[in-house]
Amino acid sequence: MTTITAAPVRKDVLVTCAPDRAFQVFAAEMGRWWLKSHSLAASGQAKVVVEPFAGGAWYEVGNEGERCDWGHVLAWEPPARLVLIWRLSPDFTYDPALHTEVEVTFTPEGHGTRVRLEHRMLENYGAAGAQMSHVFDSPNGWGGLIASYVAAAGA
Amino acid sequence: MTDASHALSALADPTRRRVFERLAESPASVAEITRGLTVSQPAVSQHLKVLREAGLVTGTPKGASTVYRIDPAGLGPLRQWLDRFWDAQLEAFARVVDEDKP
Repeated sequence: MTTITAAPVRKDVLVTCAPDRAFQVFAAEMGRWWLKSHSLAASGQAKVVVEPFAGGAWYEVGNEGERCDWGHVLAWEPPARLVLIWRLSPDFTYDPALHTEVEVTFTPEGHGTRVRLEHRMLENYGAAGAQMSHVFDSPNGWGGLIASYVAAAGA
Repeated sequence: MTDASHALSALADPTRRRVFERLAESPASVAEITRGLTVSQPAVSQHLKVLREAGLVTGTPKGASTVYRIDPAGLGPLRQWLDRFWDAQLEAFARVVDEDKP
């Protein structure tokens, strides 16, 4: 079987502050903006921690103090660049063996900062990508379609 | 976490969904797919284009035609989901940054 390289997911947004501030909010204050609907913590998300050094841990802390790991810091280069290793499997559980990367760069643009995000190495999800069906509800009979998709994709 | 109709919006069209379901059974050419449906070959080609762009199917040239199959890595839905996921997150991030403005 040939190796399949998945195209990265790329996003960018223009924010109205300098790169150092944008970096600060993105990394050090991640819990302020991270959507609470995307949380592993059973008791709800209290905060998100990105340890400020290469090799640091990336995790969330629940309202009852439980820690849920998300990944690690690969590069911590304020104010220009942050690379995180995202180790969450498609069904949103922590998999220490999984390595996908989220690179975020902060570039001055006008009076603001262009924040570019790239989530890459998605091919490392491999066949597990098909398990994403777990996160898709099937309100309109989509379940069968997904099931056939998964079966064929896994074949 | 999210709903399928969003994540798989490319499959909202019933005919497109049938094309996709046909490929879930086995890889096929445009002509082979068209044979089992009541739509024209150009229409099927158009649906395949959308499915390809959504990362749900891939096409491999074989002789004069192209054989289509669903993305063997199963990454189409995953990519779509991540695409929306990061859209929402960056939107939230930008909102918080802007709130900090004096």
